[in-house]
Amino acid sequence: MKSDATFGRRRGWRRMVLGAAAALGLAASAVAQAADTIKVGILHSLSGTMAISETVLKDVALMTIEEINAQGGVLGRKLEPVVVDPASNWPLFAEKARQLLAQDKVAVVFGCWTSVSRKSVLPVFEELNGLLFYPVQYEGEELSKNVFYTGAAPNQQAIPAVEYLMSEEGGGAKRWFLLGTDYVYPRTTNKILRAFLKSKGVADKDIEEVYTPFGHTDYQTIVANIKKFAAGGKTAVVSTINGDSNVPFYKELANQGLKAKDVPVVAFSVGEEELRGVDTRPLVGHLAAWNYFMSLKNPANDEFKRKWAAYAKAKNLPGHKDKPITNDPMEATYIGIHMWKQAVEKAKTTDVDAVIKAMAGQTFKAPSGFIAKMDEKNHHLHKPVFIGEVRADGQFNVVWKTPGPIRAQPWSPYIPGNENKKDEPDLIAKN
Amino acid sequence: MPKSRLIALLLAGWLLALAAPAHALDAAAVAQLAAEDSAAKIEAVGKLAADGDAAAIPILRALQNDELYAAEGRILIVRGDAATDALTGEPVDTAAAAPEPIVVNNRIRNAIDSALAGLRLVAPERELRLAAARELAGGAGAAMLPLIRAALERESDAEIADLLAQAAATIEIGSPDPEVRRGAVRVLGRSDRPQTLELLAGLLRRNADGDFVEPDAAVRAEAEAAIATIEARLFVPRAIGALFSGLSLGSVLLLAALGLAITFGLMGIINMAHGEMLMIGAYTTFVVQTIFRRYFPEAFDAYLLVAVPAAFLAAGLVGVALERTIIRHLYGRPLETLLTTWGISLILIQAVRTVFGAQNVEVANPSWMSGGFHLGADVVLPSNRVAIVLFAALVVLLVGLFLARTRLGLCVRAVTQNRAMADCMGIPTPRVDWMTFGLGSGIAGLGGVALSQIGNVGPDLGQSYIVDSFMVVVLGGVGQLWGTIIAAIGLGEVNKFLEPYAGAVLGKIFVLVFIILFIQKRPQGLFALKGRAAEA
Repeated sequence: MKSDATFGRRRGWRRMVLGAAAALGLAASAVAQAADTIKVGILHSLSGTMAISETVLKDVALMTIEEINAQGGVLGRKLEPVVVDPASNWPLFAEKARQLLAQDKVAVVFGCWTSVSRKSVLPVFEELNGLLFYPVQYEGEELSKNVFYTGAAPNQQAIPAVEYLMSEEGGGAKRWFLLGTDYVYPRTTNKILRAFLKSKGVADKDIEEVYTPFGHTDYQTIVANIKKFAAGGKTAVVSTINGDSNVPFYKELANQGLKAKDVPVVAFSVGEEELRGVDTRPLVGHLAAWNYFMSLKNPANDEFKRKWAAYAKAKNLPGHKDKPITNDPMEATYIGIHMWKQAVEKAKTTDVDAVIKAMAGQTFKAPSGFIAKMDEKNHHLHKPVFIGEVRADGQFNVVWKTPGPIRAQPWSPYIPGNENKKDEPDLIAKN
Repeated sequence: MPKSRLIALLLAGWLLALAAPAHALDAAAVAQLAAEDSAAKIEAVGKLAADGDAAAIPILRALQNDELYAAEGRILIVRGDAATDALTGEPVDTAAAAPEPIVVNNRIRNAIDSALAGLRLVAPERELRLAAARELAGGAGAAMLPLIRAALERESDAEIADLLAQAAATIEIGSPDPEVRRGAVRVLGRSDRPQTLELLAGLLRRNADGDFVEPDAAVRAEAEAAIATIEARLFVPRAIGALFSGLSLGSVLLLAALGLAITFGLMGIINMAHGEMLMIGAYTTFVVQTIFRRYFPEAFDAYLLVAVPAAFLAAGLVGVALERTIIRHLYGRPLETLLTTWGISLILIQAVRTVFGAQNVEVANPSWMSGGFHLGADVVLPSNRVAIVLFAALVVLLVGLFLARTRLGLCVRAVTQNRAMADCMGIPTPRVDWMTFGLGSGIAGLGGVALSQIGNVGPDLGQSYIVDSFMVVVLGGVGQLWGTIIAAIGLGEVNKFLEPYAGAVLGKIFVLVFIILFIQKRPQGLFALKGRAAEA
């Protein structure tokens, strides 16, 4: 009886020691694992209405991370991607961002496409002092210390595009049909454009604004109305439609025979990837404004396209393995990850505040053929602007470009009250 | 598009006939096509057009199609790997020359189109001249005036002559003589094309100094009158176009809801997985299309003929499996049915996501579904939408015939109206149940085929139609096929009527509010069943 108890107790003690040792060992290996890699979050919709645009950004981010790891990683440590799917669901973006920052403890997040998703994650990044690289053109009106914007601000995309369409070369448009998806980016962009057009002497009756919900598929009435509106004078359509609605919109344009030489449509969220799967022959001449096109000819772009084609083939990416396509937000993602790497190497740490400081003035030889530079102050890239016309093969012919990179104006001068805003984020977060 | 194909054929024949005479093109003008400046390119295009030499047509067409290249002062036409000198037609070895593409934009493309049309005005075939005259009537460059005038004098065909007169008027509208301008405006009043309206509206515009673009008040009055007559002429086709877009939306709703009208309407099953039956139909179309593209590319245009029965079978079989394994245990328990079918819908979505990926898949329209039917010069009824309206009508007809004229249809009606009595009469109710549910699901599959032709095909496809489908069935009156049809078309028309005024977002809200109010007033929907059948 007694010996039994003693034996039992001893066995229990031994078991405890063993257990503790195992736990220690596990913890130690976990620590070793953490020391080996730097975790990097990727926050793009892989399902839902935005998947058409965002999935490929996840892939290009993984490619870039693989490329950096192949060159020895960052600070001698490999990057470990953590991919989550916020499913085109804006509140879910915030939840997933919190998970990445608080639970996975990632050093940086690359992600978001729509401005509504960025607005949704912004408080999380500011609260937990995270770091977000946002790779898509957007409406401006925002400057957070925790975000680097590698896409275009309105003066790097929307304004030059409209100026081009007003010029003789662009057709001399007199009337403007502003068509967008119903959320913050199209509404703010159109507010800026309306103010800009007014400053150029365009009357209110010559501007029409129309919005459709996310995922809208029936563009019959809208295209018919564009035709009717165009009868009142040379018209251009400015499309800020986002996501998979673009496919039915462009199909309807083609079927109803709205030709680019009569009524050009310039789009700010449509690139090579969105036009995949649309027969572009009837769409020849419609325009897009970006800071990069796949059809640009320069060594940096050739290299970028070659890498992407090889990666897509190796990873068997649907669509891209047979027909690799690159676009502007992919380029912006690529630039962003490389610049972050350079900043970390400069700061010699992944600490967010140190990296933010080191980001200022970083430069990178971008696939656009120009040196992209992170502004010293305003967290935006200096980028060149290209305006392209759709070709029959779904690529774009560049018909206009800026002589070189231009500086971003996140606070558009066409929105009243912006004159007094500082062109740099507050160093201490507002809350 | 047989018409455009005919034109292409005629054109090819005509070009062959022209290939015989020696090239006597203005070499300087051809070289100028490679100029950096758009204005210079347009000038060169204009020169080639004004010369009236048909040998310029292949060069201009190559320029239009991004096939014209410049290399060391020569202009080349490059097709695939073969390059020929544009002037002499000799083959050129491109390996050494490194040709640069000549880029055109919309402005230059406009000039090319009107130049090509000008050159084709002398073609002997009526079809070609008509197409050319149509193009020019939309607006022509000032340099084309002598060419058009000459063609007008030769032209014997009244329709072409009228179009040519309009084409000349689009140029003369810029004449310094107010009388000529007035005459031109009067001629333009005969047009029915929106470009003419655009041109006339331009006259009434004020320039930067606040003066009218058109200084003469009489011409302005004439222009206003012309705009009014053109608008009046466009009213009927535009109204038809608007009605058609409502009909088209209605037939999409009808196809989405018809299956539900059977499973929910007749059988009383609240099937939240109905949307996924649509999705299965759409994905079946995708699979059939992929198979055709890989194995029978020459028969690609006919893939829908296979996709329609395949989608019906696929969705129908999934429906039968669901009914046999799950839903039949839940008859008479609407709440549990609702929850279970909702769960099933999530499972189906995830299954499709796992098999086909989360991204949308591309379903290409067969070529006969691209383009559209013209109602005058302004309104186009897109072929894919016309096809869907006809398809919806056909499906409704078949379902109606099935229910009214076949023995199984009789059994279905009997079972849904009074199950116990039907059982007593010896009708095998369980068999009728699964057949009916399979039929409803199969019809949803057919709806999926239609949806794949106009929208995006992704795992979430069904989610966006389930609410609309229930809306249609409830509004039409549960258990009433007629009600479903009228409700679907009615909702489509109301939606499209509201959209121009309220916008797509608000329009949809108005429709929902309208339905809520309507159901308050008439809970049974548009058509209520009367008598004993109502309690079944």
